[in-house]
Amino acid sequence: MISRSLHTLLLLGGLLGASLTAPVAHAGKTLDTIKQRGTLQCGVSTGVAGFSLADSQGRWAGFDVDFCRAIAAAVLGDPNKVHFVPLNSQQRFAAIQSGEVDILARNTTWTLNRDGALGLSFTGVTYYDGQGFLVPKKLKVTSAKQLRNAEVCVQSGTTNEKNLAEYFRGIGVKVRPVVFEGFEASFKAFFSGRCQAYTTDISGLAGVRNKEAPNPDDYTILPEVISKEPLGPAVRRGDDEWFAIVRWVPFALIEAEELGITAANVDKIRAENKDPAFTRLLGSGEDTGKNLGLDKDWAYRAIKSVGNYGEIFARNVGPESVLKLPRGLNNLWNKGGILFAPPVR
Amino acid sequence: MVRSARQRLLAFLAQLALAALIACALAWLGQNVLDNMRERGIRAGFDFLVEPAGFDIGEGPLAFEASQPLWRAFLAGTLNTLRVGLPAMLLASALGLLIGLGRLAQHPVPRRICDALVETLRNIPLLLQLLMCYFALASLLPDASHALAPAPGVLLSQSGLFLPAWRCEDSCGWSWPRVDGFGIDGGWALTPEYMAVLIALSLYTAVFIAEIVRGGIQSVSRGQIDAARSIGLRPAQVLRHVVLPLALRAIVPPLGNQYLNLIKNSSLAVAVGYPDLVSVANTSLNQTGRAFECIVIVMAVYLSLSLLTALLVNTFNARVALRGSP
Repeated sequence: MISRSLHTLLLLGGLLGASLTAPVAHAGKTLDTIKQRGTLQCGVSTGVAGFSLADSQGRWAGFDVDFCRAIAAAVLGDPNKVHFVPLNSQQRFAAIQSGEVDILARNTTWTLNRDGALGLSFTGVTYYDGQGFLVPKKLKVTSAKQLRNAEVCVQSGTTNEKNLAEYFRGIGVKVRPVVFEGFEASFKAFFSGRCQAYTTDISGLAGVRNKEAPNPDDYTILPEVISKEPLGPAVRRGDDEWFAIVRWVPFALIEAEELGITAANVDKIRAENKDPAFTRLLGSGEDTGKNLGLDKDWAYRAIKSVGNYGEIFARNVGPESVLKLPRGLNNLWNKGGILFAPPVR
Repeated sequence: MVRSARQRLLAFLAQLALAALIACALAWLGQNVLDNMRERGIRAGFDFLVEPAGFDIGEGPLAFEASQPLWRAFLAGTLNTLRVGLPAMLLASALGLLIGLGRLAQHPVPRRICDALVETLRNIPLLLQLLMCYFALASLLPDASHALAPAPGVLLSQSGLFLPAWRCEDSCGWSWPRVDGFGIDGGWALTPEYMAVLIALSLYTAVFIAEIVRGGIQSVSRGQIDAARSIGLRPAQVLRHVVLPLALRAIVPPLGNQYLNLIKNSSLAVAVGYPDLVSVANTSLNQTGRAFECIVIVMAVYLSLSLLTALLVNTFNARVALRGSP
C-alpha cells in the first residue's frame, strides 16, 4: 500500500510535471505511439475478481483485461502485447490524463462530469451495472431500507460513495459510511464485522462474495439496485482516431456474437461464409479497417484471440466463472438485453 | 564590516531582482499548468469548492452532510486531522517521557521492557502498525447489537466506544448511547478508525520521543547531578528541579521535529478509513476531477499546520533555552 500511495504521488507528480514543462500536447498520434512502442498500455483495477485480476504467474485475466487484449490484437496483431498497469480509484484518471496508459479499462462508471471535465472520453459501455449492498445473512435483513444506523463500508473515490449518501438521504434512513482508500481494506473490514453492509457495483459484490468471503453462503446481496453504473473504457481526449478504434473493437465483438461467430468457428466461417455481413467483419470482403487506420483483419484477430462478447462474458463473469452473474441487461438486444452494436460497414 | 549606503542599496536591488525573477518563473509555470490543462480538456480553478459535496463524512467535530459545499468538507477533514493529531501529540509526549525515563531506570525489568518497546515499534513501518491495530480492534470487539457495557452509559463494540454526551439541540440534556437499528445512536462516539489512528500514531511517535528524552537526560553533565545530590535533594527532586530543566534544552528542538512528523504521518489514516484531510481530498478529487487543486489544498493545509507547530515549538524553545548558551 505504501508503494501504491507512492505510485499515486508519482502519477500526480508526473501529471503536474508534464503540465508544468511540456509544450502543449497535440491531438492525434496515440496509434502511432502504440505501434512504435510495440505494446498497448492498459490501465486496469488492482484486482477485482472477474474484471481484472493477476494470477500467481502475474498473468492478467478478466472482462476488462479481455477488451484490452482484443484491442491489442486488432491494433498490434497480438493479444499478448499489452502491458497492464494496475490503478486504484484515485490514480486512474491521472494515469489516463498524463498518458501513462492508452486506455482505461477499469470498471469505471461513465458519468457526465467524468466525460466533461477530466480530459477523457468514454468510448461506450461494455458492462451495464448498478450499485447494490452485500450483508451478512445472520442480520436477517431483506431490504436496504432496514439498514437504520448501520455502518456501510465503501471504497473512496467511487461513484458508489456519492450514490450511498444520496440514496439514504432520499429514503430518510441514517447510515454511516466508513470510507477506505483501498479495495482490499474495504472488504476486509466488512468481513471482520466492522460494517453491517458493504456497497459497490453488483458485479463487484458478486466477486467479493464469491472470491473473498470466508464462507460465501453467509452473505447475501440485497434486492435494491440504487444506481445506474454503465462501465466502459475511456481514452484521453483529443485523439479521434484512437477513440474510434477503442469504440469499434467492442462493437465488433458484440456484432460477432449476434452473427454467431466464436473464437472456435471464426476461421471456418471466414473461409466458407460469403454473406457480406460476415465478410465485412472478418476481413474477407470489403475493407472496414481502413476507416479506422487499421488493416482489414482487425476484427477477425480480435474475435480469434478473445472470442465474441458472449464468450468473454461467460468466461469471466458468467456461468463459467466463480461470479455466475446472469446476462441481464448485458444480453443482445434481440435476447432481452440492451446490447446493440451499430452496423460494421 | 560597515557597508556604505550605496552598497546596501545595490544589495537590496540585487535581492529585489532575484525575488522578481523567482516570482516570474512561478507565474510562468502556473500559467503553463493552466494552459496545458485547458488544452487537454481538463477544467481548472477553485470554483468547485462552493458546489455541494454529494458525499457524507462519517465522523468529526463539524457536522457535515452531502448537501453542504466542498470547502466545508475540506474544513471538516482538517478538523478531523487535528482531532486525532493534537491528542496524539499529548499522549505521545507523556508516553515518550515515561518510556525514556524507563530506559534509564536502575531496575532491569522496566528498563528491558522499555528497550524492547522502543526497538520493536520504531523498526516497523507505521502503516503496518496502523493496519494491525485497526484489524485487531475490529475483530476483537463484539458487534453493535452485543455491545459490551463496561460501565453504565458506556458501550463498546465494533462500532466504537460510546460515552454519554451533553447535547443541546431543542433542549439541553444528557444524550445516552443506545443500541438502535443496526448500530448505536446518541452519545459521544470514538470509532475504531479513530482509536486505531490515535493509538498507532501515539505509540509510534512516543518511542522516538523516548529516545530524545533519554538522550537529553544523558546530556546533563554528571557534575550537575552530583552537586544536586550533595545539597541533599532526593532523587525525585534531582530529576524534577535539576535534570529535566537542563535536559529540556536538548529535548525541545528535536521534539518539535517529532510533532511535525506526527502531523504528517496522520495522513496514513486514510488506509483504515478515518475521514481525515487526505481522505476527504481523495474523495473530492475523484468526484470533481480537480486533482491539481485538491493536492494544492492538501499541501497548503499541511504546510500551514507544520509551520504553526514549528512556530509554537520555537517560541517555547526560546523560553527554555539558557540565555547566552549556544
